[in-house]
Amino acid sequence: MADVIRTTVTITVNGRAVEAQPGELLIEAAERAGTYVPRFCYHPRMEPVGVCRMCLVEVDGPRGATLQPACYLKVNDGMNVVTDSEKVKKAQDGVIEFLLANHPLDCPVCDKGGECPLQDQTLAHGSGETRFVEEKRHFVKPVEIGELVLLDRERCIQCARCTRFASEVAGDPQIAFAGRGDLIEVAPSPTQPFDSVFSGNTVQICPVGALTAKPYRFSARPWDLEQVESTCTTCSVGCRIVVQSSGNRLTRVLGVDSDPVNHGWLCDKGRFTLDSVDGNEDTSDPFSAATRITEPMVRRDGRLTKVSWGEALGEAARILREAANEPHGVGAIGGAALTNEGAFAWERFLRGVLGTEDIDAQYGDGLDAVLIQSLPRATIDEAATAPVVVTLTGDLREELPILFLRLRESAVRYRRSIIELAFGRSSLRSVARVSLPVRPGEANLVAQALTHDGPLPLGLAFGEGEIGEARRLIGESGEGVVFVVGRPNMAESAAVLETALRRLAERFPLAKFLPALRRSNVVGALDMGLSPRLRPGRGFEPLASGRDTREQIEAMRSGEQRAVLLLGGCLLGNVLDVFSAREALASANVVVVTGHGGATLEFANVVLPAAVQHERLGTVTNIEGRVTCVTPKIVAPGSAWPDVAIAAELAREFGQSLGLSSVEQAARTIQESTGYPTLSALADASSDGYVVGHRGEPALRRALDPMAFPGIRSTETAGLGARAGATTLADATSSVAPRSATMADVRVGTGVDVPLADAYSLLVNVSRRLYDDGIAMQGSPALSNLRAVTTLYLNHFDLDRLGVTTGDVVNMNGPRGVARMPVALDNAVPRGTTEVAFGSRDASGVDALRPILDASKATIQVRLETQ
Amino acid sequence: MATLSAPRIVSSRSEFADSHTLARYLSTGGYVALRKALTMFPEDVATEVDEASLLGRGGAGFPAGRKWSMLRKSPVSYLVVNGDESEPATFKDHYLVERDPHQLVEGIIIAAYALQVTQAFVFLRGEFALGLERVQQAVNDAYEHGALGSRIFGSEFSLDVVVHPGAGAYICGEETALIEALEGKRGFPRIKPPFFPAVTGLYGEPTVVNNVETMSNLPWIVEHGGAAFAALGGGRSTGTRLFALAGRVRNPGVYEIEMVKNTFRDLIYDLQLGGGVIDDRAIKAIIPGGVSAPWFGPDLLDLPLGQDEVAEKGSMLGSGSIVVLDDTTCVVRAAWRITKFFSRESCGQCTPCREGSGWIERVMYRLEHGGGRMEDIDLLLDLCDNIAPGLTWPPQQTTICVLGPSIPSSVHSAIQMFRDDFVAHVRRGGCPHG
Amino acid sequence: MSHFRVEIRQRAEELVALYPRARSAMLPLLHLAQEQDGYLSDEGIAEVAEMTGTTPADVRGTALFYDMFYLEPVGKYVVGVCTNIACLLAGGEEMLEHASATLGCAVGATSSDGLFTLEESECLADCNIAPCVQVNHRYVRTTTPEAFDSLVADLRAGRLDHDVPSHGTLIRVRRSGGLHAPRAEVAAQRASAREARATRETK
Ligand SMILES: Cc1cc2nc3c(=O)[nH]c(=O)nc-3n(C[C@H](O)[C@H](O)[C@H](O)COP(=O)(O)O)c2cc1C
Ligand code: SF4
Ligand code: FES
Repeated sequence: MADVIRTTVTITVNGRAVEAQPGELLIEAAERAGTYVPRFCYHPRMEPVGVCRMCLVEVDGPRGATLQPACYLKVNDGMNVVTDSEKVKKAQDGVIEFLLANHPLDCPVCDKGGECPLQDQTLAHGSGETRFVEEKRHFVKPVEIGELVLLDRERCIQCARCTRFASEVAGDPQIAFAGRGDLIEVAPSPTQPFDSVFSGNTVQICPVGALTAKPYRFSARPWDLEQVESTCTTCSVGCRIVVQSSGNRLTRVLGVDSDPVNHGWLCDKGRFTLDSVDGNEDTSDPFSAATRITEPMVRRDGRLTKVSWGEALGEAARILREAANEPHGVGAIGGAALTNEGAFAWERFLRGVLGTEDIDAQYGDGLDAVLIQSLPRATIDEAATAPVVVTLTGDLREELPILFLRLRESAVRYRRSIIELAFGRSSLRSVARVSLPVRPGEANLVAQALTHDGPLPLGLAFGEGEIGEARRLIGESGEGVVFVVGRPNMAESAAVLETALRRLAERFPLAKFLPALRRSNVVGALDMGLSPRLRPGRGFEPLASGRDTREQIEAMRSGEQRAVLLLGGCLLGNVLDVFSAREALASANVVVVTGHGGATLEFANVVLPAAVQHERLGTVTNIEGRVTCVTPKIVAPGSAWPDVAIAAELAREFGQSLGLSSVEQAARTIQESTGYPTLSALADASSDGYVVGHRGEPALRRALDPMAFPGIRSTETAGLGARAGATTLADATSSVAPRSATMADVRVGTGVDVPLADAYSLLVNVSRRLYDDGIAMQGSPALSNLRAVTTLYLNHFDLDRLGVTTGDVVNMNGPRGVARMPVALDNAVPRGTTEVAFGSRDASGVDALRPILDASKATIQVRLETQ
Repeated sequence: MATLSAPRIVSSRSEFADSHTLARYLSTGGYVALRKALTMFPEDVATEVDEASLLGRGGAGFPAGRKWSMLRKSPVSYLVVNGDESEPATFKDHYLVERDPHQLVEGIIIAAYALQVTQAFVFLRGEFALGLERVQQAVNDAYEHGALGSRIFGSEFSLDVVVHPGAGAYICGEETALIEALEGKRGFPRIKPPFFPAVTGLYGEPTVVNNVETMSNLPWIVEHGGAAFAALGGGRSTGTRLFALAGRVRNPGVYEIEMVKNTFRDLIYDLQLGGGVIDDRAIKAIIPGGVSAPWFGPDLLDLPLGQDEVAEKGSMLGSGSIVVLDDTTCVVRAAWRITKFFSRESCGQCTPCREGSGWIERVMYRLEHGGGRMEDIDLLLDLCDNIAPGLTWPPQQTTICVLGPSIPSSVHSAIQMFRDDFVAHVRRGGCPHG
Repeated sequence: MSHFRVEIRQRAEELVALYPRARSAMLPLLHLAQEQDGYLSDEGIAEVAEMTGTTPADVRGTALFYDMFYLEPVGKYVVGVCTNIACLLAGGEEMLEHASATLGCAVGATSSDGLFTLEESECLADCNIAPCVQVNHRYVRTTTPEAFDSLVADLRAGRLDHDVPSHGTLIRVRRSGGLHAPRAEVAAQRASAREARATRETK
């Protein structure tokens, strides 16, 4: 395929010869050549349907020149097209007039007014007066079709963008056309609301004000909004966004059409959590995740008390200095929510000032950082265009939603193959070519089966047919194969999957890997050295040794580690073994740097308020290693500071200088000393950034079409980047790239001992849900109702065996106690396994998994009992 | 005088009350043609049909043999039979499915053999409850009789036929909408190109769609030879055809008569056929081929009933339905009712069809029921022009399927032929007929 | 747990088996769901969605494209009177008015005793016996007001229960067996024929 001959065809547009790609849509070829054809239903990220008829142009054919939809017709050589004749104009005016016939023309009260493609096209092409004197169509308006989306059917122009998005892109037609003719309407089922995690996209692409987002509704008028381009840090896919505000109040986040990343789409969590940022500032309960921390605090007489920065820094320095006198006396946990520059500053502080190696940006819920660094890294694009993708992850729709969309599109639209290691419920199942059920503890056996041609290990839940097909697809060397690797089961030791990964990487040397670590800038934090053996600039120090989160927790419990610096306030919400973590925090001195409150703060001695997303400048690195800019849109509340400043000031308390007086300087230092492209990304805020280690042709970002992405003001008016979205390594000539880890550097543990499951127990799979219990969800009024209901999912065999059905409440006996939860049927859960979401709460709001999770065990077994 | 000498090709069993039973079918020559076809090469069967020059009876009038041969290169996966018959005043397929379902089934098997497909679907209009029962019974009988299923009549050829019910939507008669409905979706016509479902039809595979009457002609053609069929009729319009005659005539009904040899006048006035206009009133207009077709005035009564002959005069023979409007008929009311039909039946995809049909209907309603304005008449013409630019026939269109440009036919015809009636409606503030 | 009765569920499964793709059975399955419940209940829609592999919203939306499916309960007898062109010329509108008076319900509504729902139909393809009237999609061929009234009397008295079953277009449509053609064999023959042709053409 490499040397396909690139031929072009020549078409004539309004008498001018235009070069086009064979098979290209006429509307796109014309647009590239500077002739914009008006449109409504066409959207560049979906299959054309040609229903609105706005894009009719005259095309010569055997029956003379006829009107044809430019959005649907593919160009062919010699095609003669006229887009500006009287006939075309009359047809287009006619379509506008027809569209407006039943349209309520309530622009003054419509959210879309001012940024409405129908309004714009009417001005450009409409006749300006109405001949329609009849009574218009009436519907009850607006109806709430889901928790986040409202529908005003009178405004709908039946372009089918939303319904196509739901069925074609999201793969879940929860809204669909109902009825026929001019009574046709978009509707959900009365029994199932529109609760897709992608629902906000339909609002974004609606070309009129028919779909509106509840959180944004009536909150601003488009002309009051200011916007910046930035990167979403809700998960680690790094979708490109614009952030809009009205004054110093965030109003809206919209997806930007970034070719290598998100294609304009966002998940609802990324789109709507902005209200957690300027969230419920009025509550002053620092232990609530909905609270923004805006002032420094120290513990006085057992209570957190607001103090000056000077006082708080002094107290923090005192605690840390004292502890740092002993070996392993102090460590740091967290940092995935930082920018690269913030993480770099803290790394300098921790290693340079405190002299500790006990640093970990992961909470024990990820994968070995050295292993991740050593695997040949794939980009998202490579995964989404690979002929074969193998997933070893939880449900990607729940973990990295936009990566799910990209892979789903690859499978459905381009018919590429997905091999899924099916640990439990999974939204890719229906489009996967091969799905191999894996129970807790079995990943390595499955990897063994994939890497050797011999007979299948006993006891696996699939047969020779499936494994044979998978082996055939992966091929001998794994060339062209991308493994997407995450942590599907929180209740299983990471070592199980890591062993499997090493095996796969060794056996398939040409395969690439895309880490599905999910927490915002975790990849950037690791690349900045927030991990025992890692160093800034994706570096590696073979001789270093330090403690990870789990080891630090143990050291705190035993009294060996006397203080901890928490970079982010959500340790207790994320660590697997909450029980041990609470003990650890109770026995150590705790300094927390955070923008949000949370239960962890109950243990804090000092709290330092930090600026959060949309308030701070910097860069972040996504799963593929793409470094992009995050841009402040509003000023941080109270006395919150950016992390670079906090780290620098704290160092000053030690009489030292980090040499970092600004974010720019941090970015420059990183890039100049390591070649890591932070400065380039920072300097190019509206580009698709730079992928670490990739040298490639800079790709031009396509000009933003306001018809496709209404609401984002176009390039000229808002200064958005039409410029390079490049995948080049920054040109940091003076840099000495640090050495990165290789497979040989990965520490091989003593191997995992997976105990056999006993016949009466079920193995537990604790998986991730998008609508989890994290700060974003708790802090966002729009989303907090959407948190999943705590449920144990079981296969029908196991339900029958236990004699229970969906809705029954059972006792779950785990290694540390009993939890009570309702059960539900899900046959995607392998037999002998039960699946439950991480962060599940029981009826009284208590973390229901605490009795079950035990990070010291390879797998976890529970017994279910009905009372 | 009508020429009634031609054999009855598809309606030969009509005098028997039990014409729908296998027993009657077998006793009147049933399945003889299929046995003969199975002794021939499939291509030779197709050649006979080609020679017969059998024009499709569903509306577009495309020669069946040509449609099939265009596909020879890529093996056809499915044969789909269109029995959705919903074009107003068309009721000849209704007649065939209830009265002679075995003839239809035999025709399907012959076509399937010629095309070498192993799976056929008969899409029947959902409102044909009895027709569905009868065709399903005929299919069951055919399996029993060895005419369907594995190795038909001991030959190498196998075929399954599935009877698929519609559920009330005119647009499902349009072949690509029908395919969508057969895939379990809304009946949204597919956008062209490709221009034939032949290329990407059911499940994206090559598919032939033919009308019920088209299929019902095949046993006779195979039995008597394509040449015998082609000897009937004239010009491109060979053979006989079922005409559904309705409206203000004494004997409305389905009549099988030779094409071209007969004229509209023959069909309407012959005592063995339409028997003349009720109360011997004068004819005001005729709708020559279903309500999608532009109207004719009485001046064209002597036009032969042939596809090209009608096309030359700017209309179409379409679905073979002929509606007679006499001088007691209010043409505004008639055209309004037809637009109301299109407005109810537009699938709703295309803006001009969805919104245009409703708009035109409402303006027509006002004209007929009071509230019409003089400028409405030209407004109507302009709206029509926005759906079918130029208002020519065959039409240009701004829509995906031909339903769109069919909307203007009656309104445009009525205004063009009877503008005075519209003016009178405006002046009277409603219908002068009361 | 099936909402469909055993017999309906079995017929539904047989229907699904007739098609290369399950979704194709959508319309027949919706007819069955309506046969059981008299209209499309939420439970019926959910079961059709499950059997055709899509969502309730999609099934509901598809069903509403078609006139014969009802999302609300309708009368035991759905009376359709055609007023389209041929029937219009034969007094279809007058017949519809008469029917409305006789049944005591407006067009589109259900009589208070729940027995009749009256509809204005589009052309029912029986234009020679105009105006055309259907009851539960059976042609009743009553063209005069008097004939219509005696039809209603017969329906009320249950004298037409055989000719006009309540609900269910497919109530008497039964296929006597599944598919018979040896599909795999044919596919294999096809494939080899295609290959043969391809090699012939490349030569
Ligand atoms: C709006 C519309 C409605 C149609 N309805 C029917 C119909 O009810 N029955 C039919 O056989 N063809 C109908 N057709 C024509 C079909 O699309 C198709 O041409 C025909 O079934 C092909 O069969 P034939 O070649 O045997 O005529 C319709 C076409 C259009 C555009
Ligand atoms: S022309 Fe009308 S019926 Fe045909 S596809 Fe368009 S909207 Fe549907
Ligand atoms: S028909 Fe082309 S943009 Fe809608």
